[in-house]
Amino acid sequence: MSIAEKFVSMDYGPAPEDPKEAQAWLDRHRRRFGHFIGGEWREPVGGVFFDSFDPSTGEKIASVAQALAADIDAAVKAAREAFPKWQALTCHNRARYLYALARAVQRHSRRLAVLETIDNGKPIRESRDIDIPLVARHFYHHAGWAQLLESEFPDQTALGVIGQIIPWNFPLLILAWKIAPAIATGNTVVLKPAEFTPITALAFAEICTEIGLPAGVVNIVTGDGSAGESLVKHPGVDKIAFTGSTEVGRAIRAATASSHNRLSLELGGKSPFIVFEDADLDSAVEGLVDGIWLNQGQVCCAGSRLLMQESIAEVLTAKVKDRMSTLRAGPPLDKAIDMGAIVAPVQLDRIRRLVEQGIAEGSTCWQPQMVLPTRGLYYPPTLLSNVHPTSVVAQQEIFGPVLAAMTFRTPSEAVELANNTAFGLAASVWSESLNVALQVAAQLKAGVVWVNSTNLFDAACGFGGYRESGYGREGGREGLREYLEPTWFKNAPKMAAVKHPEPKERPESNARGPSGAPSSDSNPSIDRTVKLYIGGKQVRPDSGYSMEVRAADGRVVGEVPSGNRKDIRNAVEAARKATAWSKATAHNRAQVLYYVAENLSQRRNEVAGRLAAAAGEKQAVAEVEAGIERIFAYAAWADKFDGSVHNPPFRTIAIAMNEPIGNVGIICPREVPLLGFLSLVMPALACGNTVIAVPSESYPLITGDLYQIFDTSDLPAGAVNIVTGPASQLLKTLAEHDDVDAIWSFTDDASASAAKAYSVGNLKQVWTNEGRTIDWFNSKQAEGRWFLEHSTQVKNIWVPHGE
Amino acid sequence: MAGERSRQFGGAGRVTEPVVENFPPASVSEAPAATLAGRALLSNRGIPLNLDWLERVRVNTSAVERRTQTHTARRTVKNEWQAAWLLRAITCMDLTTLSGDDTDDRVRRLCAKARQPIQPDLAKQLEIEELEIKVAAVCVYHRFVETARRALEGSGIRVAAVSTGFPAGLNPLEERVAEIRRSVEAGAQEIDIVITRALVFGGKWQELYDEVAEFRRACGSAHMKAILGTGDLLTLRNVARASLVAMMAGADFIKTSTGKESTNATLPVSLVMVRAIREYAQETGMAVGFKPAGGIRTAKQSLEWLSLMKEELGTPWMAAELFRFGVSGLLNDIERQLEHQASGRYSADYRHPIA
Repeated sequence: MSIAEKFVSMDYGPAPEDPKEAQAWLDRHRRRFGHFIGGEWREPVGGVFFDSFDPSTGEKIASVAQALAADIDAAVKAAREAFPKWQALTCHNRARYLYALARAVQRHSRRLAVLETIDNGKPIRESRDIDIPLVARHFYHHAGWAQLLESEFPDQTALGVIGQIIPWNFPLLILAWKIAPAIATGNTVVLKPAEFTPITALAFAEICTEIGLPAGVVNIVTGDGSAGESLVKHPGVDKIAFTGSTEVGRAIRAATASSHNRLSLELGGKSPFIVFEDADLDSAVEGLVDGIWLNQGQVCCAGSRLLMQESIAEVLTAKVKDRMSTLRAGPPLDKAIDMGAIVAPVQLDRIRRLVEQGIAEGSTCWQPQMVLPTRGLYYPPTLLSNVHPTSVVAQQEIFGPVLAAMTFRTPSEAVELANNTAFGLAASVWSESLNVALQVAAQLKAGVVWVNSTNLFDAACGFGGYRESGYGREGGREGLREYLEPTWFKNAPKMAAVKHPEPKERPESNARGPSGAPSSDSNPSIDRTVKLYIGGKQVRPDSGYSMEVRAADGRVVGEVPSGNRKDIRNAVEAARKATAWSKATAHNRAQVLYYVAENLSQRRNEVAGRLAAAAGEKQAVAEVEAGIERIFAYAAWADKFDGSVHNPPFRTIAIAMNEPIGNVGIICPREVPLLGFLSLVMPALACGNTVIAVPSESYPLITGDLYQIFDTSDLPAGAVNIVTGPASQLLKTLAEHDDVDAIWSFTDDASASAAKAYSVGNLKQVWTNEGRTIDWFNSKQAEGRWFLEHSTQVKNIWVPHGE
Repeated sequence: MAGERSRQFGGAGRVTEPVVENFPPASVSEAPAATLAGRALLSNRGIPLNLDWLERVRVNTSAVERRTQTHTARRTVKNEWQAAWLLRAITCMDLTTLSGDDTDDRVRRLCAKARQPIQPDLAKQLEIEELEIKVAAVCVYHRFVETARRALEGSGIRVAAVSTGFPAGLNPLEERVAEIRRSVEAGAQEIDIVITRALVFGGKWQELYDEVAEFRRACGSAHMKAILGTGDLLTLRNVARASLVAMMAGADFIKTSTGKESTNATLPVSLVMVRAIREYAQETGMAVGFKPAGGIRTAKQSLEWLSLMKEELGTPWMAAELFRFGVSGLLNDIERQLEHQASGRYSADYRHPIA
């Protein structure tokens, strides 16, 4: 076709990025890669390789080693050997290495971008303008954290060897999200890239060599899910950081339950994209392009559920269709392409299957007229309208360029629909009214909320989910916490394994006076029956049974209700209804907590007197005194545990808010019945959580004192619920309960593992003492930010501005 | 689809009958002026001022900026396609001289360049002689309309005059209207008027509408381009509202700026105006053209604007009937790029005849 003909048609021609240099790099490696372990390339132990393909052509890119358990073991060993020296480096020295990584990524930026596009199928515009610049930005930002680590995180220490497993949708970007904070904080790493997209991780390994990163600090092993499983189960790993599907996240949670591996999960999403009638609709449409049609929709935080206010639904739908018609899909190396290829046949099949199911369930499917390449894995941009919340396409993550649209009437209905999902990764809110946008943003259950924008990422801002989208954050100060722990905790001794007798459900004898404090004279005291405390009421247990409570010397000192799963169910329901507490202002919460301290102080003698029967007089008095101070501390904290405002390189305010997690189940430590309870329940309350507590199994009678104090302190009904009974059974019920958002277990090793194992259902956050000893009387250990951080989750709200 | 959308704007937006006095001008044809998403559009003849529509204008500046930033990275044309697009850019030019030191000779030189924007040997190398590439119009002050008209006689190139107290637009209304009439009488086929920016700041939409409508009447059969002075209006919301009022009042084109403001044509401003044109077309069935002016100096920039038009409005807005560049220096850079396309070597300014 001549220039004259092109002058008439005014079409876009091909604009291919030249892959020559990237191909030459692959050729230099003979298109065959071993594992990168201990700073050198190693042949896989099993001698097995698999191929990585270009999804836009089906052509083989290179052969990559398949890791067996022995390869993983070698990599973990290399990381373990490198750890002491790497951790011992000065902050400044580590910062230099991270800085060098950032510079090297920039030097090789185009090669990395082309390799990413060849391996993954995403448009070169995205790998060139989004992925790779963010990789460099991440290493720059974390070079800074490496430099500031000691001054900004005093008394914190690296965890050790981190096992990292990453997905195929942003291969090098998520590698950077994982490796940069891990090594900046002094950890060493074994990373397994996704089976479909291992190439850029291997290119990064070469960069590590190029800048002289000490051997073993970063190890890259390749392979399929079985390699990941070996890494997860390896006893030499101190933490697993995983990004990927919720199914695999669940399996990893279960597999790591019995080890003391820390775990962070960044999982799937079904993120809402909410458009109000007063939004800039044309800009909202572009937001969708950057949301659901970025990377062919293979984005965990893609705005895949379009929620439109009814009044603008028709207009917006028409605009969306018009815009979809101008999207260009085609060879991803073309610089003028909006959508490239789907990563693998299995993913393409999944998209097709789910869309068909959505249509079968009554959704209307619309796709623009579009010529897709005949070769390669392509799927057109797709709009499903008339989608109901019950439909599979409204609930399940499709991970493709498919938008499910539905309508709402009011802001509160928008929030309800948006939160009607097991996920909670991200959300996008479009309104020109700051009141509406911020009010909705505050109510959304999501780790990231973008106001009038979408899919903005930066190293300075935490990214991560609520609910079944996982836990832990990547980026920002909040992200670094995932790779650090208090030095004292790391060094805390393991609790001696003591077999506590199972509490008996029936008293063997009644050879004692009426329960309660020993009577001071010959006149028997009035019987004091301790009950459960649920929804602000003292209630009898569902079972109708009681358990005896014995003093240290074996003497029976009283009875408590034997709570069961129904009592837990009732307590969780009561906690969920206690919205007054979660909505109370921080100042209000502080006032109530101060009042709790005041009332405990008034009853200090009687509480200590009764506690003395179990804990001895000295400890009882000390617990009450320390307890009053601890309550004061969290009353003080209640309105001071502030969020922060991040500084990403955009014209935006990025607010990192500390939000309560929700319903927190707490298994209190045995050894300090009062102080242990207060040390855990008070920070949870101070941050606005509602609590279902199982008190110390050694002295659950404390319940009777606690609820009398709570009842007189203006604590709203249901904010704290206390269920006594066999702790291990109650723990199981709490950990399995899908409406409990976090479970804390501070008893023994077995309970810590049980809490993790039983939490897989809704992937609730788990926090335990890992069977280690905590000195509850030492406020440096048992009080402060560490507890508050576990009582909150960070929500990042991005608010771009400008008129 | 149009029926669905009309609900947003109530009944007034549906009026397609000419309502402004003396409309349509004799030259306005009933033939479709363009198509948008398959729908035939008439040329603009205005609608009554619709204040509800103005009230509903929402523009999110950050989002608009993001769209234009990614737009330039999402679209590119290479090689022969690039050459074709650059030739198209030439045919959409209002080649402009608006300096205090303009003279008749200077204007004649410009007209000569307008007739032959690329040298015959280059056209031959590119095999595009048959296209007879020339610019769309020459844009001058009233004083030089006559000179330009004579110099361009028989070329098909139109004469455009800036008017109405350009660039500030603050002369008394009668004088501004008289100025239009004089230019039309002198042979200007296109009149670039400037709006009174103060009316936008004051939200005096009725006054603005009346002013532009009066200008439109004075233009008669000449095409009217309404310069919004976007560098003065500053906020994108103001730009969107002023765009709508100018279109409602019957403007054939809306134009960004005078070229005399501190900031002239930018992509964000253009995106907002182009979206306003699209919405106006969807609501009224009438097509309005777009002219970015000032600050467009490189071939690359011209491609960015052309692709913006293609993406937001479609190919009818990539032709002189509905799209113009107000430029003085752009042509030279385009010539150099075309030379590179033909020869494979990078060219130098001095190798191309100046205007």
